[in-house]
Amino acid sequence: MSLTTVADGAVPQQNWLDKIGAGHVILAVALVLYPLVASDFFLTQIAGYSMIFGVLALSLMLLAGYGGMLSLAQITVAGIAAYAVAILGSNNSNVLGFGWPWWTVVPFAVAAAAVSSALIGWISVRTEGIYTLMITLAIATATFYFAQQNYAIFNGHSGYAGIHAPVFWGIDWRNPKPFYYLCLGLAALSYAAVLYGSRSTFGMTLQAIRDNPRRMRALGYHVTAHKVFAWFLAGILAGLAGVLLVWFNGRVSPGTIGVDVAIDILIIAVIGGLRHPIGPFVGAIVVILMQTFAIDIVGAERFNTLIGLVLLAIVFVSPDGILGLWGRIKPHLAQGSLRAGP
Amino acid sequence: MSILDQPSSSQLSGGGMTRRQAWGLVGLLAAAIVAWLVFAVWPAWLNAILISKKAFVSAILNGLTLAGLYFLVASGFTLIFGLMRNINLAHGSLYLLGAYIGYEVTSRTGYWLLGVAAGFAVLAIIGVVMQVFVFRRLEGDDLRQTLVTIGISIVAADLMLAVWAGGTYQIATPEWLDGALTLPVVTAVRSSGASVFLTYPLYRVVVLAAAIVIGVGLWLMLNRTRVGMMIRAGVDDRAMLSASGVNVHAVFAIVFAVGAGLAGFAGVVGGSALSVAPGEDVRYLLASLVVVIVGGMGSITGAAIGALLIGLAEQIGLVYFPTYGVVLTFVIMVVTLAVRPQGIMGKAR
Repeated sequence: MSLTTVADGAVPQQNWLDKIGAGHVILAVALVLYPLVASDFFLTQIAGYSMIFGVLALSLMLLAGYGGMLSLAQITVAGIAAYAVAILGSNNSNVLGFGWPWWTVVPFAVAAAAVSSALIGWISVRTEGIYTLMITLAIATATFYFAQQNYAIFNGHSGYAGIHAPVFWGIDWRNPKPFYYLCLGLAALSYAAVLYGSRSTFGMTLQAIRDNPRRMRALGYHVTAHKVFAWFLAGILAGLAGVLLVWFNGRVSPGTIGVDVAIDILIIAVIGGLRHPIGPFVGAIVVILMQTFAIDIVGAERFNTLIGLVLLAIVFVSPDGILGLWGRIKPHLAQGSLRAGP
Repeated sequence: MSILDQPSSSQLSGGGMTRRQAWGLVGLLAAAIVAWLVFAVWPAWLNAILISKKAFVSAILNGLTLAGLYFLVASGFTLIFGLMRNINLAHGSLYLLGAYIGYEVTSRTGYWLLGVAAGFAVLAIIGVVMQVFVFRRLEGDDLRQTLVTIGISIVAADLMLAVWAGGTYQIATPEWLDGALTLPVVTAVRSSGASVFLTYPLYRVVVLAAAIVIGVGLWLMLNRTRVGMMIRAGVDDRAMLSASGVNVHAVFAIVFAVGAGLAGFAGVVGGSALSVAPGEDVRYLLASLVVVIVGGMGSITGAAIGALLIGLAEQIGLVYFPTYGVVLTFVIMVVTLAVRPQGIMGKAR
């Protein structure tokens, strides 16, 4: 997706266009103009939904790509934010629902998500590699069962329904176009923040810890604190995605945070690629399109087989997901321009 | 951990006993309490607290037999995952496929033992095929192994749903395994003075016995035979083992065959005690993950301890706090990881 143009002149120009990257500008213009051509279905069910899951997978990419921590608990963190919106705001399930205004509910929900993410991180940074994956899977499963069986706070199996996106500045953000722009805005913000953060001192330290924790510890860095802070930041992203998700669905139930969804997020991030923050969004678009239209291709019966086979194919062909594929094709395209030259 | 720590453990015994002896004493005391709880006739106040003696002893027995089943599944998982560092998240699918195959063979031929054998054999072959075509290509690449096996389990679950639909099956056990066993445990005393003894399904006791026999066999194979020595050597230093003239690929194919075969075997055995239905694959995958993480990777003893803890916690939780019983197993896991990240019997690396 990120179209990086090959500069013709050898002289590097340091204007703002080069700094941001022409690909980003083209992409931004295309996304802003997208509602002009898209139907409501493609606007929310495909684009909006992809962006929500893109942000969720982005929070995983932040942990896995920069921190080397594979988490399956991102949907759990998002679910905590979603439940917080349902409990603190208003719902029509006649359980709890404090009816706070949205501008208090959202910061509280995101903060709750970030703090619980830091807690999950604090438990799981004791482990490494595949162990992190498993302990986060266990935490995700335990939260799922807890939400399903607890009626006092989580309203058990049925969860909460009737949650509305707010109306402010005279706009009903539930409508397709405003909701699309809301998702786009938050996705762009998260993307820019992760991109900026990866080049910051903290981001660099985190990547150095990923590559050699012992050396960083010897240099005097507090490895655990850096990792837990990365979990906190990822929790903010996942929390934002959770708020959007509960507004999108209008409801939240244990099914929202199930194990299959947790695995879906991992699949999205890996299919897209964990090397660059754009990967999760690419993966989200591919997986959401596949989930939506696989039924038309193979019938409602066997579409899980198709999704599984596509996952297998991508993992076998390209370890770095679609971004990795693009990275392999790009040199060939560049060669083409070389041949055309003098 | 290091040389510096060593003196402290032996010099700690300033007063009277070492830490190990202290723990042994605590263990002995706990065992005595459990033995008293099982065999003594309960006073009324204890019945009031723990519902009834029958419920308590049944929960413990159910926990033990469930632990036997968990051990069968998890021992295969720990062989493959712990020893060979191959992450097979399709292990639950192997269990479920074994159960379906056992059902088909048993219901068509009428011989339950034939079904058990078929469950083991077919899954052992599938295991070797997976080792050759999947894990040999992705050696040392944890993330890709994880994703590929997740992909395989998604496809396998969908295909099994296509073949066997969503119904629940029960594998018929032969007559000589049916019936109940009267245990020398008094649950209550009638007003006439006669004791009421506890009866328990024979089949579940047999499952437990089979798990113990297989566990001991596995331990002996790993620790007392040449193949076991090769496996352990291959885990530590594959290049060196290969250099000393051993066909490493063949050894690892054997391990995979045994591990996957055990999953299939457990599928048939478990499908006879409980039932076979879609969704069981995820359940047993999670159970074996938790058992292996709690017990420690690659350790048969660890898998046994982990299975015991999880099986007992699940069944006792089911009886005494049904709402949060499921959460209890995960609490055990988190606490274990917090105290000993490598698992109870795991080696620190």
